[in-house]
Amino acid sequence: MSRFIPNQNEHREKMFHEIGVEKFEDLLEPVPEKFRLKGKLQLPDPLSELELTREFEEFASRNRGAHLACFIGAGAYDHFIPAAVDHVLLRSEFYTAYTPYQAEVSQGTLQAIFEYQTMIARLTGMEMANACMYDGASAAAEACLMAMRATRKQRILVAGSLNPRWLDVIRTYLKRDDFEINEIPFLEDGSLDLATAKELIEGGAAAVLVQYPNYFGLIEDLQPVAELIHEHKGLFIVAADPVALPLLRSPGDAGADIVVGEGQSMGIPMSYGGPYAGFMAARMKLARKMPGRIIGRTVDRAGQTGYVLTLQTREQHIRREKATSNICSNQALMALANVVYLSLMGERGFREISSQCYHKSHYLEKKLLEIPGVSRIFENTPFFREFVISFPVSSIELRDRMIEQGFLAGLPIVELGEGAMLITVTEIRTRDEIDRYARAAAEICGGGSA
Amino acid sequence: MSNIPEGLRYTDSHEWVKDMGSGEYKMGLTFYAQEQMGEIVMVEFPGMLDFSSGDILGSLEAVKTAEDFYAPFDCKVVKINEGLEDEPALINENPYEKGWLVVVKTDDPSRYNSLMDAEKYSEFIGE
Amino acid sequence: MKTVFELSSPGRMGVSLPELDVPDSSEIPAGLSRENGGKTGLPEATEGQILRHYVNLSTMNHHVDKGMYPLGSCTMKYNPKLHENLARIRGLSGVHPLVPSALAAGSLELMYRLGEFLCEITGFKGVSLQPAAGAQGEFCGIMLIKCYHESRGEPHRNEILMPDSAHGTNPATATLADCVVVGVESNEFGLVDPEDLRRKAGPNTAAFMLTNPNTLGLFESQIEELTSIVHEAGGLNYMDGANMNALLGIAKPGDMGFDVCHLNLHKTFATPHGGGGPGSGPVACTQELARFLPDPAVILEDGGIYRLCRKQDSFGRLLAFQGNIGVLYKAYAYIRTLGAEGLREVSENALINANYLKAKLGEYFDNPFDNGPCMHEFVLSGDRQAKQGVKTLDIAKRLLDYGFHAPTIYFPQIVHEAMMIEPTETESLEDLDAFIAAMVSISGEAAEKPYLVTDAPVNTPVLRLDEVKAVKELCLVEPVEEGDNP
Repeated sequence: MSRFIPNQNEHREKMFHEIGVEKFEDLLEPVPEKFRLKGKLQLPDPLSELELTREFEEFASRNRGAHLACFIGAGAYDHFIPAAVDHVLLRSEFYTAYTPYQAEVSQGTLQAIFEYQTMIARLTGMEMANACMYDGASAAAEACLMAMRATRKQRILVAGSLNPRWLDVIRTYLKRDDFEINEIPFLEDGSLDLATAKELIEGGAAAVLVQYPNYFGLIEDLQPVAELIHEHKGLFIVAADPVALPLLRSPGDAGADIVVGEGQSMGIPMSYGGPYAGFMAARMKLARKMPGRIIGRTVDRAGQTGYVLTLQTREQHIRREKATSNICSNQALMALANVVYLSLMGERGFREISSQCYHKSHYLEKKLLEIPGVSRIFENTPFFREFVISFPVSSIELRDRMIEQGFLAGLPIVELGEGAMLITVTEIRTRDEIDRYARAAAEICGGGSA
Repeated sequence: MSNIPEGLRYTDSHEWVKDMGSGEYKMGLTFYAQEQMGEIVMVEFPGMLDFSSGDILGSLEAVKTAEDFYAPFDCKVVKINEGLEDEPALINENPYEKGWLVVVKTDDPSRYNSLMDAEKYSEFIGE
Repeated sequence: MKTVFELSSPGRMGVSLPELDVPDSSEIPAGLSRENGGKTGLPEATEGQILRHYVNLSTMNHHVDKGMYPLGSCTMKYNPKLHENLARIRGLSGVHPLVPSALAAGSLELMYRLGEFLCEITGFKGVSLQPAAGAQGEFCGIMLIKCYHESRGEPHRNEILMPDSAHGTNPATATLADCVVVGVESNEFGLVDPEDLRRKAGPNTAAFMLTNPNTLGLFESQIEELTSIVHEAGGLNYMDGANMNALLGIAKPGDMGFDVCHLNLHKTFATPHGGGGPGSGPVACTQELARFLPDPAVILEDGGIYRLCRKQDSFGRLLAFQGNIGVLYKAYAYIRTLGAEGLREVSENALINANYLKAKLGEYFDNPFDNGPCMHEFVLSGDRQAKQGVKTLDIAKRLLDYGFHAPTIYFPQIVHEAMMIEPTETESLEDLDAFIAAMVSISGEAAEKPYLVTDAPVNTPVLRLDEVKAVKELCLVEPVEEGDNP
């Protein structure tokens, strides 16, 4: 038997006796003979711990991308993760537990997620938050469905400056004949076209969804669009970048009804795309329309404070086909990473991270603009951590050549022009790396030093 | 034993219906149903709208169960028990009086008579 | 316990960050900057305080590494420690999801091979590793089925048949996918009634959704007849693979007439449950359905190049990126560690352990569907104890006092006072016997001293919690103290 199975043949014999069978095959009596596998599964031979480790190290060595200086963002970010975060995640007590259905022996998970809900609500300026969704994109899709339930309207307006992968996910979740998604275009400066937004909103909509800062990193004033949609009894959904929030006016303060976002930036490694954690916060009056688990505070029989899963009648295990969502497993351990990260960063630390992302990205932008032929795509709109630059050469070619120099230079966005690239700078990137990036880019763009 | 007053009519989704005269009917949840659900913590009411027979009028929530309540016949909701919004447990404490849910109006009173009477409802719930 | 916010005192720091090494740029315009003087309300505490806080919280959890967790349908097996380390190797955990495929060749090959393993285990031809959890896998599977019917000019097919014992996610998924649920009755043996299925399958049938073994832990012996009925009506068969721990190397869903199934890597393939997630819910399907699988897919090109690509007929994306990759790493490690024989041993021992518990507990608790062997789990009824004034909820709470997690209770809904017990293969005979002793002891208490059971738990960090108060007086976040901003 493998190292995971304690019962040996002598135990099995004893158990067969108690069960009243002679051999294992007797237990397969309900499985029709024709469906019982005759041979073995065709799988490679088993590996020892040592051999498996070698195989993984070999896989890892072929992921060259993990060892380049990362200037790609677009929804996942290379941020610093304090060592203490993983020490908490590696507590068996957290990672080998299940959903806290038996509250009396799950207070650790329950209280930690209650604290997570509190931090998400505070950061976003909202009154409550749920215990997390799969990722930011699916949280955004669920927020659209939630707005449709709350308003009984079937049209969603989405800013054209939303992350296109998120829009794809929203389209998947809303793929029905009676649901409609319209895009609100953006203007030359990258900001939302409010005149068109007004027209669309006047046509009736469950919600407007705006990304903040938007996909191009641009920071917009949310209030005008909040006021427009509220005038027409729709909801305002903001897809917010949590790392920007210590610096920016909170979505709640600007009038958001639901705020969703990607929690990966807060203590979760990029890990080629997941697992991450989507957050979802809302005004209290929408709590009962929310998908997913929600933790509430209460008392036990002796009057001491404790925490439980609450408002469970929204969920699939009780409401079945009338549930607010089909979500069951969420990304709880990743939400735990978020709450431990935010606790460690604290009020000042998180603001410092936010501020360094802001200043470092502006520094790189300034350096790049000194290269002849490099220009901004969007003039004069403030940005956070990422920005779009137009290079005088193909951005795909530049990306490939920058790899040779040790840089993941950014994400080419050819829809905005052949030389357009979305570039991200987090607090991890040093001034030296940024300077070298600018020099390498300058050379590729036709010599001259930046 | 459940409390099943005579003189009311009952639906198979456990609502009671009371003829108030002039085409108006008061509705609520039966004693049996509230007992099955446990303490009710929230009531969601319909708008003052027209409904067809069998439409969901609103929903009731306890801690681990949620049930909808339905239009017993084609009708228009003319009144809701606003007192339940602050004190939904009235449905448990007093299901046939203070815990009523809505008053509906119908053009076709004959449908009322086809609902179960107390005896039939008692059989229906197996008592 | 105090909350982390109560540890806060201005000036304390939990991290040390480098000084900003570039010149300041212009600040964010005033109208766009954060209100309340920039306060976010995050706590200020030291690294040591925060570690102590979360470690103390953790000790209030029951978990697999502490004791048996016989939660039916959840497959709470042991989670190998090496796999946690492997998923954290910098080369695997440090890759950005949008790097060109050539820079993530290792991850892509691992994913591709994992997909092949899962096809072999399930007997299918196509696979997507993207769904983040079982429920998203279900949604993915139903979307494939909808695409299939649309491609055949039958977009009207919108009925999903499922037994009354289905997991709650099944009907909720049907609604999410804009379909309607049609219930199919179970017979006296706890199996789907083929006659009722025949009555309900028809020109509007999109799919039949079935968990096999079902939620009573019973193998649907008439599976061939069931899946044929649906195929003959023009529908497809979806298998909820939540209970796949019973079938590894024993039988393949693809052989039984299923067209698509999802797997729960966090159940069957030993990736940890994480207090509720992350899971991973890959979907495997027939060749015919594979072209609709979600975007992006991992493909193998000539010359041994692995690449992420978009497929023309795909129904779209489920997540911003390609899935819970960290979870995939661990599932791959599990399959490579065990190989074909090791996986078969998993299911064999899961079945033996469940049947042993069933045999030993039958004398003390009702078993409404005891007509032969169960698979990896079984469902008891607490009816006998309920007559003594002790509900299944009380038995569950009393088990916590004995140091065990409770079984899944009140599910499936077709069994009164249900207790669904799944020991998994990683429990030893000694541990099973200890669990049996606890259950027997509780059944004795129910008869003689029921208050011991109805007052339970008493040995836990908190006593029974007031769930009515939690709903009526909603407190979902720590209130901001007066005078604080925000």
